[in-house]
Amino acid sequence: MATPATFRIWRGDPAGGAFQDYTTPVEEGMVVLDAVHRIQAQHSPDLAVRWNCKAGKCGSCSAEINGMPRLMCMTRLSAIDLNMPVIVEPMHAFPVIRDLVTDVSWNYRAKKTIKQFKARPPDAADGTWRIQQADVERVQEFRKCIECFLCQDVCHVLREHHKHDEFIGPRLLVYAAALEMHPLDTEDRVSDLRYLHNIGYCNITTCCRQVCPESITITENAIIPLKERVADRYFDPLKRLFRIL
Amino acid sequence: MPEFQRFSYDVLVIGAGGAGLRAAIEAGAAGAKVGVICKSLLGKAHTVMAEGGIAAALANVDDRDNWRVHFADTMRGGQYLNNWRMAELHAKEAPECVCELEAWGALFDRTTDGKILQRNFGGHRYPRLAHVGDRTGLEMIRTLQDHGIHTGMEVHMECTVLRLLLDGNRIAGACGYDREKGRFQLWEAKAVVLATGGVGRSFKVTSNSWEYTGDGLALAYRVGAELQDMEFVQFHPTGMVWPISVRGILVTEGVRGEGGVLRNSEGRRFMFDDIPDLYKEQTADSEEEGWRYTQGDKNARRPPELLTRDHVARCINREVKTGRGSPHGGVFLDISWIKERMPKSGEYIKRKLPSMYHQFKQLADLDITKEPMEVGPTTHYMMGGIRVDGDSQMSTVPGLFAAGEVAAGLHGANRLGGNSLSDLVVFGRRAGRFAAAFANANGPVTINETELQATATAALGPFDRGLSGENPYQIQYDLQETMQDLVGIVRVESEMQQALDAIGQLRARAERAGTAGNREYNNGWHTAIDLGNMIVVSEAITRAAVLRKESRGAQFREDFPAKDSEWGKYNIVISRSADGEMQVEKRALTPMPDELKKVIEETK
Repeated sequence: MATPATFRIWRGDPAGGAFQDYTTPVEEGMVVLDAVHRIQAQHSPDLAVRWNCKAGKCGSCSAEINGMPRLMCMTRLSAIDLNMPVIVEPMHAFPVIRDLVTDVSWNYRAKKTIKQFKARPPDAADGTWRIQQADVERVQEFRKCIECFLCQDVCHVLREHHKHDEFIGPRLLVYAAALEMHPLDTEDRVSDLRYLHNIGYCNITTCCRQVCPESITITENAIIPLKERVADRYFDPLKRLFRIL
Repeated sequence: MPEFQRFSYDVLVIGAGGAGLRAAIEAGAAGAKVGVICKSLLGKAHTVMAEGGIAAALANVDDRDNWRVHFADTMRGGQYLNNWRMAELHAKEAPECVCELEAWGALFDRTTDGKILQRNFGGHRYPRLAHVGDRTGLEMIRTLQDHGIHTGMEVHMECTVLRLLLDGNRIAGACGYDREKGRFQLWEAKAVVLATGGVGRSFKVTSNSWEYTGDGLALAYRVGAELQDMEFVQFHPTGMVWPISVRGILVTEGVRGEGGVLRNSEGRRFMFDDIPDLYKEQTADSEEEGWRYTQGDKNARRPPELLTRDHVARCINREVKTGRGSPHGGVFLDISWIKERMPKSGEYIKRKLPSMYHQFKQLADLDITKEPMEVGPTTHYMMGGIRVDGDSQMSTVPGLFAAGEVAAGLHGANRLGGNSLSDLVVFGRRAGRFAAAFANANGPVTINETELQATATAALGPFDRGLSGENPYQIQYDLQETMQDLVGIVRVESEMQQALDAIGQLRARAERAGTAGNREYNNGWHTAIDLGNMIVVSEAITRAAVLRKESRGAQFREDFPAKDSEWGKYNIVISRSADGEMQVEKRALTPMPDELKKVIEETK
């Protein structure tokens, strides 16, 4: 049974914009992205939206729905009160390109500043490695990341303070953690984390962890252990003493 | 006159999924200046969706496995229409390509002795798929992406290619526009690798995203490249069927590999009722034997749920059509039943199939550890594509290469699960290497400026027509309906002739498509542009399917339900005639060398 619902969608470009209301029929099982597509096909062919897989695996359709950073394809309308207009707007931490589409290219540039994976020499004569499943699992959590950048969107260091030039944000700290804790990796990123990526700006408000659609425990499992590594190296008084001696 | 931003490369790679990225890395390593164009953001290509694993005869789990068995399995799966050279190279090189991914940081699940773990999959005789839970594709694309960005490649994200450019008969690059601003771009190149993936968007129910509109196929066809095996479209047996908005989204074959079973509304495991002769000896006699197989018993044979995808899809289709389907028009896929066989089955399922658990929980409100899923066939993969040389991956156009789903040959009439990810890295690597060598051996190219301008002017047509033109979304929808209903899993000549008429009308409508607004990130415009490609591939699929008067692999003809050994000697090749008409012809297979014939014989 289709019932009409109203979607209040932000339309605009870098020069500015405004919310516009669209009413479209809604059926059982629909997600926000379905409604946006319907509006696009029926009312507004040039409504800009970015999407791909429609199954929560590619992380393309990030937006803010009723004020919450979410994937449009994984937000079911049955979980939203449709008696009020559903507010859909682009992510705030990145510059708008048009309508719901933002310029997330900064994330790709920032990623390049993190030292890449460097494997230890192979364990076996045939050039392969031996790794235990337990060691794989610790890092697999971080490698689930679909790069939707919702954690970046909600991070106040980026969103409110616009420190994009100094701070890499939760997504890329998760990336750094995946490399640092990779059982084969031999690179050292601790100094960069402190001085170049300014991990100290993160004050562990856990906002990023709360919006992660892959339920990665960003703060506790990735960022805090990295902070500990930095603290261990630079702020441990005993170690400092040893270094002086 | 429209302005172009200009770039110049040795090798231009179009597409940034597994094949494109692997090609770009290899070409870069050979010293070429490399440009990469992707239709979406980097790392979002459909490789991300691959779940089950990457097939490679590493023999980590079963030491009887080797390239010969993998080769024979691939040929049998493809009903012997495969390019045998590609099947041979693929089976031989897949293991080293998997190890290469590990060297670049990919972390596969492990065996107890710390090697890469491998799982069972349909059509593979031994456990062969290296995997990471059920998100192997994500692991692979992220590994290639994170390695690739440090190799000096220049990535152009969110760009659409309008046309490949020629210099004489040789490739000279491509032109297109960026989605962000709609600015026209010229990418001049001495060699081009197409890695644009598939054609799923031509059908209504598909696992593919909006990108898969057959761009590479249509672009290559227009500059004279030959297409091959276009009749073979893989319908994956298990896509979601409910809720309606997620219809078509993939449910990994890994569910069946881990012990999931298919049942109809009467609770019967209908796959036991119809086992093809070619696979009788390799298939379990009883439910008990099938279960033992999924749990790693080397003496057991595989359950019929793990027969090839074409066969399972048709069986599901039959159950639904004869009224034994599930409430929303599928059948039941049940993994929860394994609780009868093992303690803590819920934990096991969540660990082995985490993203399936997640997907059903979030999108269908269903707990797969407790209830069966509803599944049905979904358009998944194009076996056909650009006809290439098996070794170099070069098409019939000098300097134009193709790798991955957009290329034909490896999979013949049907692809085995897991052979796609390995296809990407094996042939991505080869295409990159040979493209770099081609660029190195050939001098600079000259761009035909008149053609460039004409392409840009034509691309702006939808804005001239505006909202008084045809709605591009509606044309796309009508094309999908046509292909789904008339050229789907079960085909018959009369319906396909209707489809050809309809495609002719849709082509005329597509030429009148219009959109509102301006060139900045305008989805309506993008759709209008994609339509031209979708129509070319839809016509090619239909014409090839009409010509092949037999049932084989993914092609099932109701009017010719049997396999015909005579047709087993030919591929169907499609090309564009000088006057622009689509030509379809039978082309005899290249004879297989005796040593490969022997491999097939000895592994029977």
